[in-house]
Amino acid sequence: MSKRPHYIALALVVLLTLTIVNLPSQTKARLKLGLGSLFLPLFGLTSFAREATGHAGEALLTRGTLLRENERLRRQNQELQLQADRTAELERENNRLRQRLQWQERQSIKYRLAKVILREPANWWRTIQIDLGSRDGVQLNMAVLSGEGFLVGRISSVSYAASQVVLLGDPTCKVSARVENDKADAGVIGASGPLESEFVEMSFLSRNSNVKPGQLVKTTGYGNLFPSDIPIGKIVDTRPADYGMTTVARVKLEANLNGLEDVWVRFK
Amino acid sequence: MISKYFKTILVLLVAFVAAFWEAAFNGIRHWFGAQIDLLPALMVYSSLHTGIVTVSLLGVLGGLWFDTLSANPLGVSVLPLFGVGLMIYMTRDLMMREQTFAQFTLGLAASLFVPISVLLLLLTTGHEPLFGWGTLWQLIIMGLGGAIAAPVFFEVFGWFERTLGYAGPSEPSFRPDREIRRGR
Repeated sequence: MSKRPHYIALALVVLLTLTIVNLPSQTKARLKLGLGSLFLPLFGLTSFAREATGHAGEALLTRGTLLRENERLRRQNQELQLQADRTAELERENNRLRQRLQWQERQSIKYRLAKVILREPANWWRTIQIDLGSRDGVQLNMAVLSGEGFLVGRISSVSYAASQVVLLGDPTCKVSARVENDKADAGVIGASGPLESEFVEMSFLSRNSNVKPGQLVKTTGYGNLFPSDIPIGKIVDTRPADYGMTTVARVKLEANLNGLEDVWVRFK
Repeated sequence: MISKYFKTILVLLVAFVAAFWEAAFNGIRHWFGAQIDLLPALMVYSSLHTGIVTVSLLGVLGGLWFDTLSANPLGVSVLPLFGVGLMIYMTRDLMMREQTFAQFTLGLAASLFVPISVLLLLLTTGHEPLFGWGTLWQLIIMGLGGAIAAPVFFEVFGWFERTLGYAGPSEPSFRPDREIRRGR
């Protein structure tokens, strides 16, 4: 068997790969977008299958159960509506008082619920894809929160109909955080181990820090990447690092990153 | 036999669905802490049963599709995937391709070679992937997953070939040299 076609194929594939790898980052992102759009029909098919499964589950419930559930949700909706009206009233009052004191008006924050549509297929990154994209106003580096309001990560790339979220614990998702104690010890939330999706490391804590297990960790808001006071997790344990110059704490994340189905995107 | 063009399209279609499945289905990761990669196992089948053009297309398109759905830099998975395919393709005359054990072993080797090569490429090009002792466990799961998937691919494509392919005319049992000439 002649080996010539093998070498031609090898040369062509190497050439193509080198060309793609060395493309300008914008062109590469566009190419990724284009290739990603090929999967759109499969996205639709998956959502349809999920919905169909959900409907099948509902069909199995008795009418009485559905009526009770409906009643409970109706009441909850009324309560939440009341609460929302009250919050809006308080916000208006707060803004009026701020105007009188000539303070800067607080910007209103908008959240949008997004569905997790895909997860990272490679084991060495920690990302998810959500069903909100540039058409919904999503921008790079917006904070992403779990359904319960705990920090999950940030938007790392945006396409027309979907966005990629880099999760806490990924080496590219670093967060400035502080511990809720009397010293307000500050550090940086960084990467975790490949199998430890529940834990992250908080490094660069002072060696004289007063960090204790069970203390709450929140964002500081430094760097303008993440807003302040978003809860992240709780301290599990600490150990000295950098020859005793700093302390590293292990933080158990409050959000269950493996079980994310819906997330909140915080619009600026 | 099914036409080679149809086989190429079928292999690429399976690669496309496999890449999407890896991103959409979370069950294996949930139970074992690692997602398996089906593309190396598919490459094992492709390199033993199709031509160099299909192997090249699977390497390029499979790698690009995987990188599109992943946070990998675009194109980083192409060379490892194509490399493993080419290595098997060049030595395929020496392989007992119909033996399940051979398919299992090749699936295992390919499913270990591809992620290790991608990790090495990432680490040598200044990226910071998640890497530690836990990676060993993930590689074991990926290797075993690929090893099991390879014979499954052989079975599935074999079924396609038997179902959709044209069965050639069977040899007649008549042989003139064996004809019994009757006398009177």
